[in-house]
Amino acid sequence: MAATVLNVNGRMESVTIADPDTPLLYVLRNELGLRGPRFGCGLGQCGACTVLIDGEAARSCVTPLSSVGASNVVTLEGLGSDADPHPLQQAFIDEQAVQCGYCINGMIMQSAALLRRKAKPSDQEIKQELANNLCRCGTHLRIVRAVRRAAGL
Amino acid sequence: MTVIMDRRSVLLAAGALIVTFGVVPERARAQTAAPQKSVSPDRVEGFLAIDHDGKVTVYSGKVDLGTGVRTALTQIVAEELDVPMSQVAIIEGDTALTPDQGTTSGSYSIERGGMQLRRAAATARQALLRKAAADLEVELSSVLVQDGVVRASNGQEIPIGQLVSGDSLAIDVDPNAPEKRVSEYTIVGKPVARLDIPQKVNGRFTYMQDFKLPGMLHGRVIRPSGIGSKLISYEESSISDIPGIVRVVRLGNFLGVVAETEWSAVKAAQQLTVTWSRWEGLPDQTQLWEHVRNTRIVHDDVLSNVGSSASAMAVTPRKLSATYDFAIQTHGSIGPSCAVASFSEGAVTCWTASQATHNLRKQLAAMLELSDAKVRCVYVEGAGCYGRNGHEDAAADAALLARAVGSPVRVQWMRADEHGWDPKGPPTLLDMRAGINQGHELVAWESELFIPQGGPTLVELVGAGLAGLKDLSQLSPGGVLNDLAIPYTFPNVKTTAHRLESTPLKPSWIRSPGRLQNTFANESFMDEIAAELHADPLEYRLEHLDDRRGNELLERLATLSNWRARPQPDRSAHVVTGRGLAYVKYELVRTYVGAVAEVRINRKTGEIAVQRFYIAHDCGQIVNPDGLRNQIEGCIVQTVSRVLKEEVTFDHAMVTSLDWATYPILTFPEVPDVVIDLIDRPNEPPWGGGEPACAVVPAAIGNAIFEATGARLRSMPFTPAKVKPALNWL
Repeated sequence: MAATVLNVNGRMESVTIADPDTPLLYVLRNELGLRGPRFGCGLGQCGACTVLIDGEAARSCVTPLSSVGASNVVTLEGLGSDADPHPLQQAFIDEQAVQCGYCINGMIMQSAALLRRKAKPSDQEIKQELANNLCRCGTHLRIVRAVRRAAGL
Repeated sequence: MTVIMDRRSVLLAAGALIVTFGVVPERARAQTAAPQKSVSPDRVEGFLAIDHDGKVTVYSGKVDLGTGVRTALTQIVAEELDVPMSQVAIIEGDTALTPDQGTTSGSYSIERGGMQLRRAAATARQALLRKAAADLEVELSSVLVQDGVVRASNGQEIPIGQLVSGDSLAIDVDPNAPEKRVSEYTIVGKPVARLDIPQKVNGRFTYMQDFKLPGMLHGRVIRPSGIGSKLISYEESSISDIPGIVRVVRLGNFLGVVAETEWSAVKAAQQLTVTWSRWEGLPDQTQLWEHVRNTRIVHDDVLSNVGSSASAMAVTPRKLSATYDFAIQTHGSIGPSCAVASFSEGAVTCWTASQATHNLRKQLAAMLELSDAKVRCVYVEGAGCYGRNGHEDAAADAALLARAVGSPVRVQWMRADEHGWDPKGPPTLLDMRAGINQGHELVAWESELFIPQGGPTLVELVGAGLAGLKDLSQLSPGGVLNDLAIPYTFPNVKTTAHRLESTPLKPSWIRSPGRLQNTFANESFMDEIAAELHADPLEYRLEHLDDRRGNELLERLATLSNWRARPQPDRSAHVVTGRGLAYVKYELVRTYVGAVAEVRINRKTGEIAVQRFYIAHDCGQIVNPDGLRNQIEGCIVQTVSRVLKEEVTFDHAMVTSLDWATYPILTFPEVPDVVIDLIDRPNEPPWGGGEPACAVVPAAIGNAIFEATGARLRSMPFTPAKVKPALNWL
């Protein structure tokens, strides 16, 4: 088994994984101890596992480790810290935009990708960006407000 | 494997460490695995501990299912003990540490659980004041607590931590202990920020799905191809190429695989060649309502019987009748059910997101043939469950696999396990009848509900059922009879529930069980009656409500929503809009909710867009107004999803809606605005806010569709496939 080197949250991480088809999600969670990305469906349908790969939102549950290569992977933990939260993290706190919070990783990571592309999205654009991120608790209205707040709107 | 043990995990892994705050008289005892702590709901020390630094530990049998109730319960205790919230920590749902306060369900966490805590805290405060008065040699009336410090009128002060010795809280809860005056509240009633959100947005929160133990293995289950299929054989050689397989575990029809890594377990469960017997015992879904109507009735429950509806109905010249149905639905947690179990010296500890750890303990004990004392269940928050979903079943799976391999095992269900095997909200059928006299007055109301027998008890553990082990379970659809009786004052009323012997898919409760379905029928039928009598739906309800708070709520709803007379439907336009109203007094004794829905219907496609909900809400004293708004918004959005989209599908063998493509839920572009008027009554008891607002959603939407189109929709969900023919029929 050869070691694979991943660039995660700005650090080079070496992991030894037998099966190159292993989805990135399991490597992040179980080998690197990250909890931001979460298993929701394993099918790329719900968005709970979302990470940024080279700045684009990606579903880590259907991203094989072998396809990641030298790409720059950022998880929720890499967006900001307790001391210096990302504007989206702070906005989700300010808007109290969480119920159970299991989906929130995906909401923040997907929105981070949106705000990289477009600094001042309309409500419609926010909703469209998050259309494939599922929330079961019904926190949608607060999530949209939080993204708007993070964008300074 | 990386083992992550942050502070919370350590506390959860070794519950004993939690009590080093000084709960236990001898420090040494805190080192033992099962602390000797009272879990009596009649004792203050069952609920509360205070250490010498004044830190308060709350032991709550009610758990936070992602609703924010942890914050609200902390507010209640901090307020009543008069300590800062930062000084209060809360331990939830640990059978070794917390009293059994019943299942966390039905919006009872504040109303019942919170009030138990308030009384315990009031008793504790009184004991501390007495002790302080004695120590300072002053009158009891001259001492009070402020910010964790007892102050006497002569200027002396003692921090509460210094008043606590080993057994000072080892006292009975005094139901008459004086509670703090509402006018002095500084924490309850305020929109306090939720304690869990910072960690949930930065990836530091420990969900059940994150919980790990040293030496833990990963399990996955392999469920039968049909609900009643028998396991004929499996071929271990079919997974021999997967590294790190520890064992394939078979117990009767229970089949699971345990591996060293999670991905190996996932792959093995997918790849294992298994032969199941053919089983096709489910009814034809296209004939579901005939099946329900033809299921044997084991008994009737009469929920209300006023006057004589039969004799009144016999002589009324005008009669209305309608049948309503509500589809089978699933909980749909975003995070599939998960649990970790670990055996040691003949005892098992199970970390679980169960909403009822004390009940789960009894079921696991029965399944494993252990005494209750040998089973400890420790709550760890999971993804929102909205009722009895699969968390308990995952716990049983983990326990069976951990026992088989002799190591701690973590089981997380795959998406298809969750959608396929979590228990379902049962199909619900209601026949409604009304009799109208010559004076255009409704004189008789009758309803007949067809619903499985049973109540909110113990739902069968899937693993126990497959393995042929006992688990104390019975048919448990939840408290489904609630709100079949109506809040309106008609002279002759009879509401009857026909309790059915069985239902196609194993039932349990999903948010607002029974109340949702019954209120859908009641409030839609009220709208039918109002239309028949050419009455305004709001005025008609007000005329038949003899309830001050209910009337006030409806009047505030009218103001909030700018209620106006019902217009005639515009039958020429392709896209039309309408408004509908619904009202509930939850279980006829609790929270009042009124709703006005605004919807837009595309008459060509049958598509419905819910644009806005106006909600008036009175749950008595509000503990955390922002937390309550968050819950109400969630109730509306989740129930709009259930109304517009959700129906479990099945063939003769098995559920076929096994992912989010086949069981779609509401997405961001489809979410309505929600405008809320909270009616705060600080001097009234607090009632529930976690689910009552769900109950008004279906009828409000259906009534709005009627206003817009003249079509009456009586079958849930309101998908275009159902809406379009209803529009065409007009």
